[in-house]
Amino acid sequence: MGRGTSLGRVRGLGSAHAGPHHWWMQRVTAAGNLLLLIWFVVSLARLPVLDHQAVVLWLKSPLAAVPLLLLVISVFWHLRLGLQVFIEDYVHEAGGKVACLLLLNAYVVVAAALCLFSILKIAFGGVPA
Amino acid sequence: MAHNPARPLSPHLSIWKWGPHMLVSILHRATGTALAIGGGLIFTWWLTAAAISPAAYAIFYHWIVDADPSSAHEGAQALVGLLARLVGVALSWSFFQHMASGVRHLMLDTGAGYELKVNRLGAILTIVFSIVATLVFWAVILGKGN
Repeated sequence: MGRGTSLGRVRGLGSAHAGPHHWWMQRVTAAGNLLLLIWFVVSLARLPVLDHQAVVLWLKSPLAAVPLLLLVISVFWHLRLGLQVFIEDYVHEAGGKVACLLLLNAYVVVAAALCLFSILKIAFGGVPA
Repeated sequence: MAHNPARPLSPHLSIWKWGPHMLVSILHRATGTALAIGGGLIFTWWLTAAAISPAAYAIFYHWIVDADPSSAHEGAQALVGLLARLVGVALSWSFFQHMASGVRHLMLDTGAGYELKVNRLGAILTIVFSIVATLVFWAVILGKGN
């Protein structure tokens, strides 16, 4: 093992003061994605059609809306962590890196907010089927 | 970050013989990036359109679900439909490949599967899975339309 104090090693933090949490959450959200996306693909395949009415009626059930809300959180969290590493590996110029990371955060926050609000609106009956 | 282009580089990608493990490793990153951007945008479009109106949903449905290149569209529209279908196939394959190689990564994280033959077999299996799953997925989707 590397240098550092015993306490530092116990905390698992290197000089960046971060890292294990990023790695761990990537794995936790991966497991969440695996379960929720299998559920999602099977659920869509079981719908007889994928038109507007079918999707709205499907999402009115709490047993569809709640897993889909959790899926949005898990998937967007996971892809934010993944694209962050992608940017850090390939964008070497400091200004461009910060710009890309800001753009990534904006994309994730806006897209996830749209998804969550849309699911809730349909689930609470805000969209006539 | 200042870097000196005259510095010697260690042997790089070009001199290695490609193997399934290398291919699956870079595919995991490539498919993940494609899904994060393409898949994320299409998924957001789907939910937002569904929450806006049936008309907004119909636009999504027309371009993504019902992007049938064989239908009687005129030139440019048929081309866009074909491209949309290609994107759909590529993203669905990316999804299954990323899922399979992701599960492989979770196993590798436990310290298992680093023996040369096992590692190679695992890499090949992720590709076999993603191709078979993509074929089954589209058979179900297209079967639904008929």
